[in-house]
Amino acid sequence: MSETLVPASFAAADRAAAPPASVVTEGGSVRWLLTGVAILFLALFLVLPLVTVFAQAFAKGFDAYLAAFREPDAWSAIRLTLTVAAIAVPFNLVFGVAASWAIAKFEFVGKSLLITLIDLPFSVSPVVSGLIYVLLFGSQGLFGVFLAEHGIQILFALPGIVLATIFVTFPFVARELIPLMQEQGTAEEEAALTLGASGFHTFLTVTLPNIRWGLLYSVLLCNARAMGEFGAVSVVSGHIRGLTNTIPLHVEILYNEYNFVAAFAVATVLAGLALVTLVIKSVLEWRYADELASGRAH
Amino acid sequence: MPTAIRVEGLSKTFDTAAVLHDLSLDVRAGELIGLLGPSGSGKTTLLRIIAGLDFPDRGRILFGGDDATGLPVQKRAVGFVFQHYALFKHMTVADNIAYGLNARARSERPPQAEIRRRVGNLLDLIRLSGFADRYPSQLSGGQRQRIALARALAVEPRVLLLDEPFGALDAQVRKDLRRWLREIHDRTGQTTIFVTHDQDEALELSDRVAVLDKGRLEQVGTPDEVQDTPVSATVLRFLGDSIEVEAIAEGGRVLVAGHPTPVAAPSGLIGPVTLHVRPWQLQFVEPAQAHLSGTVRSSYRSQGRQRIEVDRGAEKPLVVEDTDGERYEAGRPVGLRINGGYVFA
Repeated sequence: MSETLVPASFAAADRAAAPPASVVTEGGSVRWLLTGVAILFLALFLVLPLVTVFAQAFAKGFDAYLAAFREPDAWSAIRLTLTVAAIAVPFNLVFGVAASWAIAKFEFVGKSLLITLIDLPFSVSPVVSGLIYVLLFGSQGLFGVFLAEHGIQILFALPGIVLATIFVTFPFVARELIPLMQEQGTAEEEAALTLGASGFHTFLTVTLPNIRWGLLYSVLLCNARAMGEFGAVSVVSGHIRGLTNTIPLHVEILYNEYNFVAAFAVATVLAGLALVTLVIKSVLEWRYADELASGRAH
Repeated sequence: MPTAIRVEGLSKTFDTAAVLHDLSLDVRAGELIGLLGPSGSGKTTLLRIIAGLDFPDRGRILFGGDDATGLPVQKRAVGFVFQHYALFKHMTVADNIAYGLNARARSERPPQAEIRRRVGNLLDLIRLSGFADRYPSQLSGGQRQRIALARALAVEPRVLLLDEPFGALDAQVRKDLRRWLREIHDRTGQTTIFVTHDQDEALELSDRVAVLDKGRLEQVGTPDEVQDTPVSATVLRFLGDSIEVEAIAEGGRVLVAGHPTPVAAPSGLIGPVTLHVRPWQLQFVEPAQAHLSGTVRSSYRSQGRQRIEVDRGAEKPLVVEDTDGERYEAGRPVGLRINGGYVFA
């Protein structure tokens, strides 16, 4: 036994450097290694491609960049993409709010089935999503004969592209709002009802204001995906120049024709959209963190 | 007093669990009635059914003689106060209070000046006059609950329903709010039903207490009635501490260990019975005159009373309450006399 009252291990600790700020903090070298790996990964897989897009777009100067947008096909692609998003996003907004409202505030048979179905587009490959519509509305498809007889064009036209986009962006709003609304519960709605408010008035004055930031957040993500969708749209569009090409499809065609400057120039539109989305999303997350659902699935 | 709300033969089952069994209750106009019961007794369900937030499987709700069973919640003109306030987070205090008035159809809505005046009066009533433009997140729990009450009162409800209104508040705030709610009730004469699992709260606040257990109404009466003449062991146990003593009913008296007690046996009851005794109905006496004996295990003092735990050999130790005079140290042999108690047929 040692004569000193302080046990040996305590004495050793006294000699050691200042204790770490927190017990869950690793030593300096481990911390730097992990941070370094993360930054390297980000630079390699996210920043580098983004820089390349802009570098390639301006590789032959600003005039060559602008020339890509003098092309009528480019404008038609941009117009089509905006049109598709303008239809698909509001549709999914309404559907998403309705589905989350039903799931979060009521008990009914088949609720878990509905939740699973809402998630389906996330787990199905976009190409398969597109193929579904070919199988349904194509000339050999289930409704093919009927559509042909009545002269209704769905595939290789705007309706097909919109349907495919809606399918792919289906889960964004509902997935964001369900946990948010579940967390908020029904007490405020019940309070409004006991005060004499109608169901619709309650929805407008209580439910909607409580989910507004989550809604904006999810619409933003939904919009980004709707404009950027390639796989599903590619299957149903038919790639008709100036008619059924969205921005991503137009970029691919230009690239396949070795028209790199124009391809990357048009791609900067999508990249710019992504950056704007990212900034607004970050602002929302920073400013309204409490009012956004905590569970982020995407 | 006329009956404001009549509950008739109410039954309700959730999934497979029955929460209310054939429950009937009359609420008188202007009274403050407390629904008291342990958790799971169905008291909140009863309140929600009266409000129209839940619907019964069987039975009727009558408001002033009119059948309101199928009436939607909006048409019932009830004021409901939730345990966790349920204030509208994104609205100011004034907008919260004015919500019910603003939600009315244009033809029934008071003019804005009138709404503002009413909100002002209610803010005075709840003593939060300077708080009109604050948001709920800037208020304390007690203040939020007062806002919730003002919001419910703003629509001039037929009946005010409060679901564990002080349950989420700390002890001191709860006491203040209790007294304050009683004052408001005395001033407004508003028929009020409130739910609580806290006996003290129910006994202090209520004109009458309705004791619920397992979805059944055990007893309704003034706080004095339910305390002095509980109708069942359940009510007795729920209203405070008691001990159970084996006794014999004989010749209209209850005997413990061969000695008669002052407790009268219900007529016709003969043989072994359980005598329920409150801690303050026991008195320390010389062993010769005692009904019960044992040794002191421990004691502690609180607020001028002494509570002494007495070991009785094989039987469960019992708790005696005594005024804060003589101290009883552990290990001391004592005798106890029973000065009162309750026997149920």
